[in-house]
Amino acid sequence: MLSIKNLHAKIEDNQILNGLNLEVKPGEVHAIMGPNGSGKSTLASVLAGREEFEVTEGTVEYQGKDLLDLAPEERAREGVFLAFQYPVEIPGVSTINFMKTAVNQVREARGQQPLDAVSFLGLMKEKMKLVEIDQSLLNRSLNEGFSGGEKKRNEIFQMAMLEPKLAILDETDSGLDIDALRIVANGVNKLRDKNKGIIVVTHYQRLLEYIVPDFVHVLYKGKIVKSGTKELALELEAKGYDWIKDEVAVV
Amino acid sequence: MSKDNQLLEELTSKEYEHGWTSNIEMESAPKGLNEDIVRFISAKKNEPEWLLEWRLKAYRQWAKMVDPKWPNVTYPEINYQDVIYYAAPKQKVKPKSLEEVDPELLKTFEKLGISLTEQKRLTGIAVDAVLDSVSVATTFKEKLGELGIIFCSFSEAVQEHPELIKKYLGSVVPMNDNYFAALNSAVFSDGSFCYIPKDVRCPMELSTYFRINAANTGQFERTLIVADEGSYVSYLEGCTAPQRDENQLHAAVVEIYAMKGAQVKYSTVQNWYPGDKEGKGGIYNFVTKRALCAGDHSKVSWTQVETGSAITWKYPSCILKGDHSSGEFYSVAVTNNYQQADTGTKMIHIGKHTKSRIVSKGISAGHSQNSYRGQVHIMKRAEGARNFSQCDSLLMGDKCGAHTFPYIDVENNSAKVEHEATTSKIGEDQIFYCLQRGIDEESAVALIVNGYAKEVLNQLPMEFAVEAQKLLALTLEGSVG
Ligand SMILES: Nc1ncnc2c1ncn2[C@@H]1O[C@H](COP(=O)(O)OP(=O)(O)OP(=O)(O)O)[C@@H](O)[C@H]1O
Ligand SMILES: [Mg+2]
Repeated sequence: MLSIKNLHAKIEDNQILNGLNLEVKPGEVHAIMGPNGSGKSTLASVLAGREEFEVTEGTVEYQGKDLLDLAPEERAREGVFLAFQYPVEIPGVSTINFMKTAVNQVREARGQQPLDAVSFLGLMKEKMKLVEIDQSLLNRSLNEGFSGGEKKRNEIFQMAMLEPKLAILDETDSGLDIDALRIVANGVNKLRDKNKGIIVVTHYQRLLEYIVPDFVHVLYKGKIVKSGTKELALELEAKGYDWIKDEVAVV
Repeated sequence: MSKDNQLLEELTSKEYEHGWTSNIEMESAPKGLNEDIVRFISAKKNEPEWLLEWRLKAYRQWAKMVDPKWPNVTYPEINYQDVIYYAAPKQKVKPKSLEEVDPELLKTFEKLGISLTEQKRLTGIAVDAVLDSVSVATTFKEKLGELGIIFCSFSEAVQEHPELIKKYLGSVVPMNDNYFAALNSAVFSDGSFCYIPKDVRCPMELSTYFRINAANTGQFERTLIVADEGSYVSYLEGCTAPQRDENQLHAAVVEIYAMKGAQVKYSTVQNWYPGDKEGKGGIYNFVTKRALCAGDHSKVSWTQVETGSAITWKYPSCILKGDHSSGEFYSVAVTNNYQQADTGTKMIHIGKHTKSRIVSKGISAGHSQNSYRGQVHIMKRAEGARNFSQCDSLLMGDKCGAHTFPYIDVENNSAKVEHEATTSKIGEDQIFYCLQRGIDEESAVALIVNGYAKEVLNQLPMEFAVEAQKLLALTLEGSVG
């Protein structure tokens, strides 16, 4: 469903992605790991359509379409969801209000009727339960004054509401306590099905015990330099990244 | 919740939507201003001698004054002799009921979404419709009359309730208060009058809808609200004007007199024509609004959403004379393209334990200039007075300006005055976050801006809040990206 070929991207004069290849098929979960600053969030931003990043080379095909050709909101409406590493605060706008606008715009783009207040509330209650989030949090201004963990959980709530086809979770596990980690992972697992693709960016093997990936990739200097199965994550946890850096240097 | 939906629907339409003119036969005075014109207006309205004298006195004072140069706005010198000071829809006889009102007039207001006809009167808002300075029709009069509430056009009040007009006209805004108030006092042609008797809580929103229609015509309406002891009223004011290339002058006066324990809530959604994208045309809006909290424990609250006009010069103020009286000012002022707004408030604390609260949210986009100008004056006698001011500015793009001019003057040491100010930019991050959730850019801006202005919008009555949200979105269209 997602096919990234030879992707190069830069911001201002900094070349960040240097020929990245990745193939995600429906139903697969891919974990992306890699040292700080290797380009994981950049990849997520490029896929979501952040304008500051310029794609200089390469292609991205998503469900038979040229993803790079679509505006960010069109990508979202086509089912691309990004759980942000640093969710943004919007004062005076509640998560509920925000989600209502989003859900209805996505529906409109798909030729569906907007949800009335009652159906929307129904949907919301269902998803709230799924990610064990409290309504009082959703009534507050979006992410404003939320704790780190609350922000992450709110991202997963939004993901559940929007039911994406391709979800990219950028370090959604960072800053979560053990219970929250389990809840978030649970939420993701419930959304997992044979039609959906999921990309999980993480630094910790621990998350992958809950969300068991089909593949693990190591991103280093803007490229995927090693791919494997979940055992690779264990190996990275034990040995760190130096040996991979060495391998890359040799090649 | 459904208001957000409406907001989104509205977002598809662009530009100023009230820019049409209607074909109504008009009767006007010749251009220019002199004592004869003042006499002409007064005669047209069949006014008593004392009122003509009052107008003439105002005219003579005005003739000696110069227009204020201190506001942070620039505009070419106005030629006051090039303005028409009186234009009225031609009605053969004064209509006694709505059925007799010129259907073209009724249509004009229908088009604005303000129905004056029977069926929609059920919405529960009493409306006084003012076209080119003349009150066209006032609805719900009888029903209000049963409670002793007087709500009618200013001209009618002059005829029917001269004792009230004589007593309160100019009691809050003296005729020579400032250049534009003096001008208005000389030539005002109509407006609304409202009196709420002792201990009466007005059961519905009272509303005046102002519409400028005729070309080259200044609009000078006057509103006077008198709230007797222990009464309550919520008053709404809306304004629109056609799109014209030349600038038009609007100089209104609003006076509110609140007696002991009275509460008045005055809300405005100002949407005069702001001029086009290049800054051509638009209304010059020079307005004097002031409330006198004369009695103890009285309370006046101003809420304004200012989206229109090429130039806005406006400082709804409260004179807190009664002990324990309180004043509030909630404002959202949006400027886009080449609009200029210099707006704010004055809170004058005279009585003991008086309280005031100021919440101002400026939003500037395009090449516009948006200034908050506010004065908090705690007088010697105002033991235990308190003020809180919050002035926020939101900038969109880098060609616009936001300015804050707070003047604080404290003569009593027991007073507590707090002032907070912030300036922020609408964040790329915030917009991208919305886009990533499938929300388009225009809606994203609307969402963020409405969130920013929420504290003020929350003060508006429900129907008005919806309209205000739409207006904010509309005003800012095309201002990012
Ligand atoms: N706006 C920017 N301007 C300049 N450089 C940037 C910008 N954004 C990102 N970079 C650089 O791009 C590189 C990759 O950043 P990115 O955020 O993609 O890393 P990451 O792999 O997600 O790291 P982490 O694990 O710390 O989240 C870093 O060196 C970063 O400094
Ligand atoms: Mg990152």
